[in-house]
Amino acid sequence: MDSKTAAHYPAPPPVIAPGHTFETVTEKISRIVLGGRHPLGWFIALGIGFLFVNVLMVSIGYLLLKGIGIWGNNVPVGWAFDIINFVWWIGIGHAGTLISAILLLLKQDWRTSINRFAEAMTLFAVACAAMFPLIHTGRPWLAAYWLFPYPNTMDIWPQFRSPLIWDVFAVSTYASVSALFWYTGLIPDLATLRDRTKKKWLARLYGGLALGWRGSARHWQRYETAYLLLAGMSTPLVLSVHTIVSFDFSVGLVPGWHATIFPPYFVAGAIYAGFAMVLLLAIPLRKMYGVEDFITMRHLENMAKITLVTGLMVCYGYAMEAFYGWYSANQYEEFMIYNRMTGPYGWAYWMLIFCNGVVPQTLWIKRLRTNLVWLFIMALIVSVGMWLERFVIIVTSLHRDFLPSSWDMYYPTVWDFSTFFGTLGLFVTLFFLFVRVLPMISIFEMRTLVPAARVAGPHDPNADVDVTYGGNQ
Amino acid sequence: MSQLFNRQTNVYSRLSILAVIAFLLTLGGIVGLLNLSGYNTGQNDYIEQPVQFSHAHHVGGMGIDCRYCHTSVEESSFANIPPTKTCMNCHSQIWTGAPVLEPVRASFRENKPLHWTRVHDLPDFVYFNHSIHVKQGVGCATCHGPVDKMPLVYQQAPLTMSWCLDCHRNPAKYIRPRDQVFNMAWERPSNDPDFGARLVREHKIGSVEQLTSCSTCHR
Repeated sequence: MDSKTAAHYPAPPPVIAPGHTFETVTEKISRIVLGGRHPLGWFIALGIGFLFVNVLMVSIGYLLLKGIGIWGNNVPVGWAFDIINFVWWIGIGHAGTLISAILLLLKQDWRTSINRFAEAMTLFAVACAAMFPLIHTGRPWLAAYWLFPYPNTMDIWPQFRSPLIWDVFAVSTYASVSALFWYTGLIPDLATLRDRTKKKWLARLYGGLALGWRGSARHWQRYETAYLLLAGMSTPLVLSVHTIVSFDFSVGLVPGWHATIFPPYFVAGAIYAGFAMVLLLAIPLRKMYGVEDFITMRHLENMAKITLVTGLMVCYGYAMEAFYGWYSANQYEEFMIYNRMTGPYGWAYWMLIFCNGVVPQTLWIKRLRTNLVWLFIMALIVSVGMWLERFVIIVTSLHRDFLPSSWDMYYPTVWDFSTFFGTLGLFVTLFFLFVRVLPMISIFEMRTLVPAARVAGPHDPNADVDVTYGGNQ
Repeated sequence: MSQLFNRQTNVYSRLSILAVIAFLLTLGGIVGLLNLSGYNTGQNDYIEQPVQFSHAHHVGGMGIDCRYCHTSVEESSFANIPPTKTCMNCHSQIWTGAPVLEPVRASFRENKPLHWTRVHDLPDFVYFNHSIHVKQGVGCATCHGPVDKMPLVYQQAPLTMSWCLDCHRNPAKYIRPRDQVFNMAWERPSNDPDFGARLVREHKIGSVEQLTSCSTCHR
């Protein structure tokens, strides 16, 4: 037995670099928005993003003109890029909610410097995801009546026993709660920007958005309650949304979809892909804006550890899929896993195992875990791997189903790719616009991390400066 | 620092929350009502025809049976539009010179059919069969209204899917004895609550599940 006690382990490094005060934190973060000058990297990223937004618009325009026949999906692979991309995007959003809600409830103070932009990432990822169910109908202006239950002249409702309608509710709940949570978190910071800007119109704009925030004790008391309630509401969503997304498949009878492991397997995959995306955004952002003091190595390392853990859970899912193939003693299930590994899409399966199973194992090594370049490359590989996972689940299951007479290959078209890359562009564009106009790190929560905020008690000499949240300085 | 907003802003911003809700409810209400109204369904619209043919005169006044002109209604999915020759059966003898009938005579002379405008036009994705409805005791007037009182035929029912389902979900409320289908003046007996259910049994009308199955009407 190891006789070491907690005291023998070194305390984790602080979540904010030493030497910061309330003023430096506020100044540093709000200057990114109000300072006027932006790094070259911002222009490059936004430019590339905007280029692909145009690609997206052309792709959707052509889709509306010609119909979904421009895509490669057809019998037997009726679901392909549209749902792959949907699941991929919605999964990415989950890291944001986990960081902002679950880590808040667990009092993980390192979440503070990454929650704001991770929540923004969630919102933009959900926006990209929600686009696919709409456009895959080919006639999105009719999608409202296909998707939403409302009293209508047909006197019928959507099929409530179908997971697809559960999905509509799961995703729209997720989008609205995430937006609310994000906006509520922004209110004190919007007030800070209102007070710091020198431009009258900007002060009025931020002031309007801050909803009359004055930072009074009563405001803070209500605010904390509301924020905690929203965190409580968001917490089950981290689990429920991707569970329901996985029902889209597992409720169906197709071999390769019909498995009870799907909900936890999908949720783990979602958080896994999400943390990879947070890393992809955090590593260049902290460099670009020089906020290494706030997004420290400890943050990146913690995120790398969560990536490793969820990656192992996902690997357990892959192992179980193979196990079920054998254990079911069902020839269709057996063939499905055999075909997945050795069939025409075998390359995708093995690439997925490499990306999601092998590469993240490097995170066991501290030197690689703290190497920014490797971390960035690893996050990219994981993102590709998680996309491939959905590709493998959807395409290999459908292309060899029960009826050998309908077996066929699926080939994506150029429009499939342009739509997907277009949503990537949309995501990047929205994200960098967000960085430009709103504080990407929560100012008031960061102020609680500086040493002066650690008030000892009611009789502490520091207590009378009301520093807990720093007021509106 | 000077005030950014004046005192009334609080009132306006709170009111704006109500305004957004009120706006959305109003918008939804308007869209919903327009959707139900004749503006969308064509209900109660008089439709211009090539000849001012009056069902009120021919059916109500002269007492001509529906099937005299719409001969195929009992056997076919389509209650046919009569050929010009059916008109000429009488109008070669009476009102032979009436100016209002000139298009009918021209059609007969030149052997070119009259182009009537369809009043009850169901969408193409709906399969509708007149013969089965007639056979099971759905009266003409049940769907087409008091045609014997219509100088120009208009669509009396909304023809929405919910309207179809009203009957398919509860045919007992609407059907009548088979020999009363073409009777425009028939009224269901008010002293017999079991009347409809008995007819449903007698006519061996299918179950509600059968009648409301998607593929019954969308084939």
